[in-house]
Amino acid sequence: MIDIEQYKITEEPFYQPYGNEVAQYESAYASRLPVMVKGPTGCGKSRFIEYMAWRLGKPIITVACNEDMTAADLVGRYLLDADGTRWLDGPLTTAARIGAICYLDEVVEARQDTTVVIHPLTDHRRTLPLDKKGEVVKAHPDFQLVISYNPGYQSLMKDLKQSTKQRFVGMDFDYAPADLEARIVAEETGIDSDTAHKLVKVGEAARNLKGHGLDEGISTRLLVYAASLMKNSLDAPDAARMALVRSITDDADIRDTLDKAIDAVFG
Amino acid sequence: MVDPAQIKCNYSKVQELLPETLAEVRQVLSEEGMKSFVEGIELLCMMGRGAEPVLVYMEEAAEVARHAGEAMVYPVARTAYQISRSPNAEAIVPFLQTIASVARRLEEKKLLEGYLETVLELVEKTSISIHGSHATMASPALIPFLEIAPRLLGELNIGGLRRWMAYGIQQHSHHPDHLAEYFRLDSPDSRAVMQRERSGTLLVDVERLLELYQLALWGIDERVYPYSRMLDERSDPRPYYDDEGIFLPDVHDDLDENGITGLEHYLASLAHMAGHRRWTAPVFADNRSPMQRIAIETFEDSRIEYLLMQEYPGLRQLFLALHPIPVEDECDEARASCVRHRLTMLSRAILDPDHGYRNPDILEFVEKFHELMGRGDTTTMDVEILGIQFMARTRHASDSQSHVWFKDTEISYRDDNRNLWQFYELDDDEDFHVEPTELEEAEPDDTLPPRHYPEWDYVTQTYRPDWTSVFETLHPAGDPEFIDGLLRKHDRLAKQIKRMLDLLKPQNYVRVRYQEEGSELDLDIAIRSLIDYKSGHDPDPRINVSHRHNDRNIAVTLLLDLSESLNQQVGSEGQTILELEQEAVSLLAWAIEQLGDNFAIAGFHSNTRHEVRYYHIKGFSEQFNLDVKGRLAAMGAGWSTRMGAAMRHAGHYLSHQKADKKLLLVLTDGEPSDVDVRDERHLIEDARMAVRELDQEDIYSYCINLDQRADDYVSDIFGTHYSIIDNIERLPEKLPKLFLALTK
Repeated sequence: MIDIEQYKITEEPFYQPYGNEVAQYESAYASRLPVMVKGPTGCGKSRFIEYMAWRLGKPIITVACNEDMTAADLVGRYLLDADGTRWLDGPLTTAARIGAICYLDEVVEARQDTTVVIHPLTDHRRTLPLDKKGEVVKAHPDFQLVISYNPGYQSLMKDLKQSTKQRFVGMDFDYAPADLEARIVAEETGIDSDTAHKLVKVGEAARNLKGHGLDEGISTRLLVYAASLMKNSLDAPDAARMALVRSITDDADIRDTLDKAIDAVFG
Repeated sequence: MVDPAQIKCNYSKVQELLPETLAEVRQVLSEEGMKSFVEGIELLCMMGRGAEPVLVYMEEAAEVARHAGEAMVYPVARTAYQISRSPNAEAIVPFLQTIASVARRLEEKKLLEGYLETVLELVEKTSISIHGSHATMASPALIPFLEIAPRLLGELNIGGLRRWMAYGIQQHSHHPDHLAEYFRLDSPDSRAVMQRERSGTLLVDVERLLELYQLALWGIDERVYPYSRMLDERSDPRPYYDDEGIFLPDVHDDLDENGITGLEHYLASLAHMAGHRRWTAPVFADNRSPMQRIAIETFEDSRIEYLLMQEYPGLRQLFLALHPIPVEDECDEARASCVRHRLTMLSRAILDPDHGYRNPDILEFVEKFHELMGRGDTTTMDVEILGIQFMARTRHASDSQSHVWFKDTEISYRDDNRNLWQFYELDDDEDFHVEPTELEEAEPDDTLPPRHYPEWDYVTQTYRPDWTSVFETLHPAGDPEFIDGLLRKHDRLAKQIKRMLDLLKPQNYVRVRYQEEGSELDLDIAIRSLIDYKSGHDPDPRINVSHRHNDRNIAVTLLLDLSESLNQQVGSEGQTILELEQEAVSLLAWAIEQLGDNFAIAGFHSNTRHEVRYYHIKGFSEQFNLDVKGRLAAMGAGWSTRMGAAMRHAGHYLSHQKADKKLLLVLTDGEPSDVDVRDERHLIEDARMAVRELDQEDIYSYCINLDQRADDYVSDIFGTHYSIIDNIERLPEKLPKLFLALTK
């Protein structure tokens, strides 16, 4: 039997709402509509889903998608054991059986043929046929599918099929406004609000450079990392360089620009 | 003691002035120095070029001694004498006239010796000799060089000056007019080389960084342009911005005494101007006196910097280091106009809390300023009032004096505040401004301006900056049916190629068996393993299969040499190389179209470095359609082959393609050459350099050469990346196959 408890979130994750997203999600969940959350890297999509799972008291199964992932990785496969072969449920099947929220993170990374297996679960059928096993799993009434994706890639290869897109209700996420983001950084790590504001300032500088050599700006997550480094008594500009600059770019000009921006902000 | 009467010189004018000069010079020179000075005078008198050189020498020698040491007094005369032995006697006076300013720049015996050597080298190398005999005509370069030398040495060190000179001699020695133009600093390459030789941070090197910086911090997306402090026509060239962009000095010293790098100096200017952009609202200038204006400007500068530092505290350190520190009471009100001094002190005091000034007026206004800023929400109007009050309070009779105190008052990173003012009355001469009715005809009649590329000079091992001008156009179109006809003609070949293509076509999923971890169970192997397991053997754990992508992701540019030699007839049926090339390229384009690779075709030829033509025949995003076929059909041949420039240009486009592999195929029928290049190695070496540059950008260059004698040079350019097609008639067959083999 599957241990449902392991999928439950026991402690309240810190999440700072900045719009009506909580009510929106609750409303979607009430009808068990599949949800798509969009937004740049590290703006809090995953945290939000985790928070909602906690709020609703439902188990959540997260799958990080990658391009080598196949349908079998989602649905399940036969494995060998001493008595021959044995079927093992994949995470999607497990979630459908136990009534969990199944969260497919960065779903565009998965191959398109993979994403098609979620189709029967996302419409009125709410079933998952396991053709290899000859079983049709009827989704538990609490089951809900959530996918996240980052529209910033702007690549033909990294987009969802229309037929997939049309099965979801969508929610847009973005980096929080400066004051709120500073509060998030401060709250998450316990650094003082002034430093948090400065970090956000650096983040904004980097976001201005998007498209000029940076594919993505500095995420809230990285700001939190930088703040954590500072909390561990690393010198502020050093921490900022380490967490905010070195990780996101190999372009010498961008690096120097951001270094100078950090100097300007921290002095 | 030197007795004027004993000096051997017959010019009466010299004799007349000698006693006075000697008395003057004696204050600077020791007895030893006096002796060499006299020897110098005697040498110049003996030279027999009139009294003028001697008189100039007498005037300047003391100054030379003061700056470069008295040991240099005689060598200067000696050099003048040596010049007189060449056909350049006219240069002696300019030489002596500028030597004092040069000494002032160099301040060092060794360096001045270096300069004298440089001058003699120039004399030797540029005096014109005819029929190989001794130099017979004056150097066209010498006098311009001597005249500009003091200015140049303000920007370059002596080593840089020598390299600049060497380049000029190298490039232009065969052409007197060009030589003179180069040494007058009039030609573009002369300026470009000078820029390169300057020490410090060049704007062009940090341009992108600066643009990113202001975009990052202030969201300003404006181009940054350099102006030359040396050549700018404004009397006080300071940074500024207008509708066209942001203008900054072309170079800043690397590390000045404040420990500020050139880059940081630029950043400070950008920050300051960003502040103006954000917070300065222009005020009317008409009713303000010049004094009031500069006071208002000072307060406004301080205001926006205050606001900037509120947002970015790190800027304070930068501003503090760059802002001069005027010494209080250093400027004497009785003798000079101290307005600038006073205002700079004020500005410093506002910026630096530890200024230590005691002047009550300044302290009061600093106080007032901070009080104003503390209230928040200030405007330019607020400081306007402050500026007028300050001027009224501190006005001094000497303010309008012509002798202005400048020391420590130049705040070099601030702009010229042209955007702070607006005028009720516009300039009178506005009415006379006539719009040019006719646009000047652009050089070769194209709409796109040329792109400039450097060219590698293997003799000096340097790049000639902006040497070639590449004009690009869409190739004119012809009848596409012609190409379709060619394709029909090679129908059988096409079928053959098609078979090869099918093998190459990307098969998206490839099954990889025998995997320990994979996406699916491979039942055959799994059962075998199970049997092994049950029968007590070691089972094979590799029982899974997985799938793998097999995508082609290639961008290709085919660069065609369209030089005159293509018109040769080579085929058994009387075809020209051009026609064969058309057939081959059509087939190749068709083949690549089938494969779906990203593919562009361009042609080039050149008529001297000023006109390298680059024709787009097919763009990356274009299909192989009628337009493209039309252009291919109209392909013509003419002129020469300046390969390096065309390759750089093709590489420029290719580098912007997103692909795992980038390939530049060069199809040519001969070695690089052009009518304005006599040294046949030159363009070969340049092309070789271009290949290396492309290699650094991850572009793989490959040459398909139709010249049977190509072995002599093609490997020098392309290393091992080339094929020579001996039987040109087989080109249509070879070319697609070669491509397929290359990209398999």
